[in-house]
Amino acid sequence: MTTVAEATLAACPECDELHIRRPLRAGQRAQCRQCGATLYREPRRRSDHMLAVVTAALVVFALANTFPILVLQARGVTNEATLLGSVAALWTEGQPLAAALVFVTAWLFPLFDLLALFLILLAVRMDRRPSFFAPLLRTLQALRPWGMIEVLMLGVLVSLIKLSRMADVVPGVALWAFIALTALLAVILSYDLRVLWRSEPRPGGTP
Amino acid sequence: MKALSAGLRACLVCRSVCDATGVGAAPVRCPRCGAAVHPRKVESLARTWAYLIAAAILYVPANLLPVMQTTTLFGTSRDTIIGGVAYFWSSGSPELAVLIFAVSVVIPMTKMGALATLAYWAGRATGVDAHRLSRIHRVVELVGRWSMLDVFVVALMAGMVQFKSLATVEAGPGAAAFGAVVVFSMLAASSFDPRLLWDKHGHPDHA
Repeated sequence: MTTVAEATLAACPECDELHIRRPLRAGQRAQCRQCGATLYREPRRRSDHMLAVVTAALVVFALANTFPILVLQARGVTNEATLLGSVAALWTEGQPLAAALVFVTAWLFPLFDLLALFLILLAVRMDRRPSFFAPLLRTLQALRPWGMIEVLMLGVLVSLIKLSRMADVVPGVALWAFIALTALLAVILSYDLRVLWRSEPRPGGTP
Repeated sequence: MKALSAGLRACLVCRSVCDATGVGAAPVRCPRCGAAVHPRKVESLARTWAYLIAAAILYVPANLLPVMQTTTLFGTSRDTIIGGVAYFWSSGSPELAVLIFAVSVVIPMTKMGALATLAYWAGRATGVDAHRLSRIHRVVELVGRWSMLDVFVVALMAGMVQFKSLATVEAGPGAAAFGAVVVFSMLAASSFDPRLLWDKHGHPDHA
């Protein structure tokens, strides 16, 4: 039989050393005394603050994908490019593998991350644990390293400099949206998802 | 004391400590999050080596094949990754050249070398300096994703520079190969179980 010793024990994920759990204040983290890895942390922000940040990020994500990132002008010809437009161009140019990779890491997984986190935080907020809660949170944790918006952001800036040599470049609305999204994601990624496993619905919330 | 020697296992998903006495090496199901909990990551070293070798093999075409093909009125030029770095260096953006060189050459090479070192030492019987090696592992997991930068730059350039007769940029087969290198080396890093290093580490309090 298996039981959780969560309330009293913590095992280091990197060296397996056992520790006695101690309560932390907000913003603090517990370190393994053998290898120095982070054992657990107490987030600075509450889950309903995070719900607000995630909602904002979803709106900004929509903006970032609706408007052009950059507008290019050369000898009277104008080109606008969105992220998905670039993916489609890669695909039609005969680079389906590269297109799929960019689509998944810069669009699909970040969007899934935001939507899944939104649902999970909403469930926590409403004091419910629907049946999808555990599988969705597990999937979210597994896919998180594959969302690479912050790398894409740096890529946008590098292409901006590169392109400014070839043509007149006008930053599009989506460029500012991507900058805002990167900032919001930095807040979201600093929130340790594992505290969401710890939170139990208050008694009387749901049967 | 290690969790394993106490008959306990750490769930890597939700970090609860699960009781696994009397089940041998068989997986137990985490009572809190439902994930399968193994004593150590399954076939960690074999998987790490497999992904690592795949990444190393793909690194050859990633550097030899062009990542980008630029067609202008003056002709067609095909750039490999190093060619792109040289272009930035000679065209007055040495800081961008250094950035691209760091994420496309230094990080992947160091990462593959570091993972091979970790997997080699984790496979040895004794004499492992787990303190130093586990620090290497932590850095390796953190920086690998930034190697995707060049793939994003190529994708964005290809999507945006479409001025029919004046200039077009197309992605080359090197971009997909390079993206695959990043994916395989990220899989190698996540398959590696740093606890194997500590299992081989000489404990002063070994009783």
